[in-house]
Amino acid sequence: MMRESFIATTTELLDDDPRTALVLADISAESFVPARRRHPERVLNVGIREQLMASVAGGLALTGMRPYLHSYAPFAVDRAYEQLKLDLGHQDAGAVVVTIGGSYDASEEGYTHQSPGDVALLDTLEGWTIHVPGHHDEVPAMLRQAARNDDRVYVRLGLQENDRAYPHADRLHVVRTADRQSPLVVAVGPMLDPVLEATHGLDVTVSYTNRPRPFDAEGLRALAGSEVVLVEPYLAGTSAAAVSAALEGLPHRVLHLGVGRSEIRRYGSWRDHARAHGLDAPGLRASIVDFLG
Amino acid sequence: MRFNLQPISMTATAVLPDPLGPLLQRITGDEKHAPSAHSTLDVLWVLYDRVLHISPDTVDAPDRDRFLLSKGHGPAAYYAVLAAKGFFPEPWLDDLGSWDSPLGHHPDRVRIPGVEVGTGSLGHGLGLGVGVALGLRAQGFTRTRTFVLLGDAELDEGSNHEGIAYAAATRLPITAIVIDNQSSTHGWPGGIAARFPGWDTSVVSGRDRDRLERVLKPRHDRPNLIVATVERKGS
Repeated sequence: MMRESFIATTTELLDDDPRTALVLADISAESFVPARRRHPERVLNVGIREQLMASVAGGLALTGMRPYLHSYAPFAVDRAYEQLKLDLGHQDAGAVVVTIGGSYDASEEGYTHQSPGDVALLDTLEGWTIHVPGHHDEVPAMLRQAARNDDRVYVRLGLQENDRAYPHADRLHVVRTADRQSPLVVAVGPMLDPVLEATHGLDVTVSYTNRPRPFDAEGLRALAGSEVVLVEPYLAGTSAAAVSAALEGLPHRVLHLGVGRSEIRRYGSWRDHARAHGLDAPGLRASIVDFLG
Repeated sequence: MRFNLQPISMTATAVLPDPLGPLLQRITGDEKHAPSAHSTLDVLWVLYDRVLHISPDTVDAPDRDRFLLSKGHGPAAYYAVLAAKGFFPEPWLDDLGSWDSPLGHHPDRVRIPGVEVGTGSLGHGLGLGVGVALGLRAQGFTRTRTFVLLGDAELDEGSNHEGIAYAAATRLPITAIVIDNQSSTHGWPGGIAARFPGWDTSVVSGRDRDRLERVLKPRHDRPNLIVATVERKGS
């Protein structure tokens, strides 16, 4: 569903804004055939060449265009990391990187097609805005907003979705309120619904964001008591530095939940992998209850 | 070495074909890749003196010709040519790589007027150049040209071959210049031009300025490779 939103919105952007360019490396190329027919010089498929995809985006940006690029996260980020670092960042150029296949979405394909570390990798670089939508209706606004600036923007599309969209969740958005001093659970993107289920009946505040970078430090400081649980759909602890910086000087305990580092050499569905990483509702509840004592 | 690096008088300067000798001399001796630096000198001078439509006044013009130095190491000759053409003040050449200098051992586009891309890690310039050429084409700047300069050893990096194949497949009007000083560890048996299928190719002396001008000036309707051979590195 998120991928379809991306295809529809990006096709509209290509029609509406002559600054928009799309660079593909075969993945999803079929879906953009109509757009490519209308805009052959702005819809570019470089073939299975992800390094070139990122470098081309840098070059397009240097001529004043606004490039969107797209592939599986392991190819667009892990493989082309140095191109993102140098051909965008070091050139002071921007692009919008839209991925599928983060974490374990490509469960049947195996670890070669998975990237639990994409956000952590981008965290080593300067100036990336990172969107992790929790619902397909959150995707269009992210892509349209990115068309209006020249920043480096990452949009991480996933298979797992929450029941409903939250239109203004750049900052921490409180979904379930408890007392001011109750523990705070922060859910990133598609982690919200399993977190809501996991914390049912617990005395905790649940807040949601679909834009973990730049992290809403001000919001976290305002909402947090002395206990914080952060649940993110990629490598566990990715946001540890951001949370620690936000809560600097405040006595606090934090639990970071996310995808584990161990490679799970099994296939199945994303639900199977979520369970294996303790990111389904029972797994989350067990970890959170244990942490809160 | 073709340039007189000895101190010369103002009178002597006036009769030299270009002012590069004294400018190179000002770049201090701690420049770490000296041999390769000067392998690019004649190509760079011909480009900036006779071919490229770019000047200090047009460094931000959207239709300016683009020159991307992919082989970012050994930039002394590049800096000397840019200074000679007035892109930045000549005194900058006296202070390379210091805390206060805009000129590093690899060029930074954010710090140096006229530098289109910051390079150093090899194998990035051609992909960027392909993107630049595509961006110019998409915006209708059909008279604007894109040039990328690489080294023969730089071709070892696989990323170049992604750009080479795609430029050929899309008949992209881009000119790549490979300075061949035979510095690639395992060489290119069969020649460098054979690695650029679908490109127009020519092989010329990287020291013959008139020949360089003759191969650099004409426009091509598909990608164009110029292999500029110079003396072997270290010889």
